Amino acid sequence: MAGIGLIIIKRLGLGLLTMLMVSILIFGAVNLLPGDFAQAILGQGATPEAVQAIRRDLGLDQPLVERYFTWLFGVLQGDFGNSFAELNFSSYGGTTASANFGSVADKLAPRFNNTMFLAGVTALFAVPVSILIGVLAALYRNSIFDRVANITTLTSISSPEFFLAYILILILAVLNPILPSLSNIYDGMDFADRLERSMLPALTLTLVVTAHMMRMTRAAIINLLASPFIEMARLKGLSPFRVILFHALPNALAPIINVVALNLAFLITGVVVVEVVFVYPGIGQLFVDSVKIRDIPVVQACCLLFAAAYILLNLTADIMAILSNPRLRHPK
Amino acid sequence: MTEKEPLVRIRNLNIIGITDETEVPIINGVDLDLHRGEVIGLIGESGAGKSTLGLAAMGFTRDGCHIRGGEVTFDGIDLVDAGPEIRRELLGKRIAYVAQSAAASFNPAHRIIRQHSEAPMVHSVMPRQQSEEDAIDLYNRLRLPNPEEIGFRYPHQVSGGQLQRAMTAMAMSCRPDLIIFDEPTTALDVTTQIEVLAAIRDIVSQFNTAAIYITHDLAVVAQMADRIKVLFRGDEVEEAATGTMMKSPKEEYTKSLWAVRSFQRKQKPLAKKGEVPVISLQSVTAAYATTPVLREVSFDIHRGRTVAVVGESGSGKSTAARCITGLLPPLSGQVLNNGNPLPASFRQRNREQLRQIQMIYQMADTALNPRMKISEIIGRPVEFYLGLTGNEKKKRVFQLLEQIELDPAQYYNRLPTELSGGQKQRIGIARALAAEPEFIICDEVTSALDQLVAEGILKLLAKLQDQMDLAYMFITHDLSTVRAIADEVVVMKDGEVVESGAKNKMFKPPHHPYTDLLLSSVPEMDENWLDELLDQRGVENIGDAAVSKMAGN
Repeated sequence: MAGIGLIIIKRLGLGLLTMLMVSILIFGAVNLLPGDFAQAILGQGATPEAVQAIRRDLGLDQPLVERYFTWLFGVLQGDFGNSFAELNFSSYGGTTASANFGSVADKLAPRFNNTMFLAGVTALFAVPVSILIGVLAALYRNSIFDRVANITTLTSISSPEFFLAYILILILAVLNPILPSLSNIYDGMDFADRLERSMLPALTLTLVVTAHMMRMTRAAIINLLASPFIEMARLKGLSPFRVILFHALPNALAPIINVVALNLAFLITGVVVVEVVFVYPGIGQLFVDSVKIRDIPVVQACCLLFAAAYILLNLTADIMAILSNPRLRHPK
Repeated sequence: MTEKEPLVRIRNLNIIGITDETEVPIINGVDLDLHRGEVIGLIGESGAGKSTLGLAAMGFTRDGCHIRGGEVTFDGIDLVDAGPEIRRELLGKRIAYVAQSAAASFNPAHRIIRQHSEAPMVHSVMPRQQSEEDAIDLYNRLRLPNPEEIGFRYPHQVSGGQLQRAMTAMAMSCRPDLIIFDEPTTALDVTTQIEVLAAIRDIVSQFNTAAIYITHDLAVVAQMADRIKVLFRGDEVEEAATGTMMKSPKEEYTKSLWAVRSFQRKQKPLAKKGEVPVISLQSVTAAYATTPVLREVSFDIHRGRTVAVVGESGSGKSTAARCITGLLPPLSGQVLNNGNPLPASFRQRNREQLRQIQMIYQMADTALNPRMKISEIIGRPVEFYLGLTGNEKKKRVFQLLEQIELDPAQYYNRLPTELSGGQKQRIGIARALAAEPEFIICDEVTSALDQLVAEGILKLLAKLQDQMDLAYMFITHDLSTVRAIADEVVVMKDGEVVESGAKNKMFKPPHHPYTDLLLSSVPEMDENWLDELLDQRGVENIGDAAVSKMAGN
């Protein structure tokens, strides 16, 4: 087991290095975006002097490298900077923009919690369901059930997310008013309400992520069915279900875990469209809004968060894949 | 044992395989009777249908195979028409199976004893606790080391021979009436094979279990079976009691199987003193990363001679070959070619040095690029080493194909997948010859082939050696191959040369104790061989036990 500890530490170190690279990429890319915040916010009244003043106040007139390091050291101390949008520009004539107004962290935290809540609800539902359907599809492969499962999940993953969302709204909110079509959750809402309002987006996302996980489960299991140890299990007179559950599935875990991790990462980082449709106040919406108004500190923080989610989830998947392999758990 | 009704009764069984919509007959109307407590040996080359027949006795067919006609009854139960529930009720409980590779047939994700107690639990024969106690008792009877503890390991933590015995114990877990042994010792070293054979025979007679023993090794089946049935391409050739079959086989085919073992080449005299060897290893020491594999290995190979390097898996035979080819640069020591030291790594060797040393591999299947035509496979070294192109190259490839006794016009444009195993191995030989080397390493070149085909390859290699004065390093664990082709023998154990010398000396006592162990472990075509050996050595002194005892001395 000491080996695994070492692997985790190594991977964490590599993860940090990746984060550093990502931070450079993000910073570079965001600052390459055309247009700038000062011009965007001043709109019609953007006189060169006013633009200049705002740029100076925000430090946008400093060289890129210097700004990167200022930002990086801030981030390392847990300070993601201040959101441009929250600053007070009523007197944009050039007075100091007051600090401590709206820090990025304050703005991000509730949104991040909401996103994690939605991702969590979806995952708790989607992961077991997909794996179960995958196991059943492998068990009854090439049967009607298998085909229906495959076609349904493929259809749902191939359709645009907003389309799925509207169909669900039509069925579950308009024709049969069971669930609310809007998911405007806020702080201090009780858990049951929150859950009810998150239900439709969670269902939509489930439809989006099920196909991958289900098909990988099915394929990984079927891949093993020609193995001698599966034949052995059959020749012991075990039922097909037991053969698949006890003999195939434990050996198919590694690829399944990896696909689950990728889909969980998608749930955290890629759900903008669904959030917009259901007006769900998640991090994706904040991200898109911030890009629109060139609110660079928020955009950077979001990107960094997304990168961290990917890295951590993949690390977890690697570790779990190692734990699922007895050769690595119990070396000779 | 003259019961009215046999335990297994197979009549006129026909099984076909379906690949790409075409039907291939696998078993053509075979009959078989097996009484309680009796052991029948099924023997034949690959493709004879022995495994299919063995599995059919369990009412089981592999994917793609179908029972076309005939009947299979087990204890009066019709297995052909039985539904899956009825068959499942019998499998594991009354009919058990021991597979060829225990390492592949144990589930890598569960502990051995968990897998042992699974069938008794599912079939409600006994609860897990009791079955685990029984497992330990069986491990004891099968003389597994640490019987109390070994079951709680995962399969990858246990050696091949021990796993094979654990699998035999697993087959016994419900005390079945019938066990199918499907080549249970084929993947094992000779010394390990003995202890598995002895263990299987013991336990089968202790519980009076009937068994079908499938193998391609005549000497093995002679030790195990009461009766032998010979199969050839899905047809029964003949069946007789073991003694009769060994002494006086009736059919030509059976006789040809028996005769394979008699091929023997005349041994050439040792090279003269002072003659420079083609290849000379001088205290070569090598390691994979930090694991030492070779220690101070030295031997010479002379022009026109065959040096057989023998030893069990892990003894360093193939590593020595890797050092000679430069694939694994040795840590110390050197390899001389005609007296000139070769650079340690193949990367530093020039084309001429590379040309002199060629290899033929064990698995012709994986050693030939499946997407290249025969003309390209053989043509590439011709072009690379000899610089021939165009018509000259084609002419040379034709010559080479003639040398390996394949019709050039017919095979020139084929792909490896269109060839049989023996033909593929011949292409491997032609590829090695294409470089016109002085020295060829043959790494277990016949061990994946049937005996008749293997004999053809050995004869071809012998003929080529005589024509071209080639030197061979022949890596093998099969001592009958050594007897057939070698001039000199090098015995290796744990990365060291234990003994070496001319073949006739090596096959005569006195031996180094390890050579003796290897030699005496090769099953002989005598049905009493195993009994006599066990009497001589005692059950405690075979296989792993004997090897480790020797290491202690």
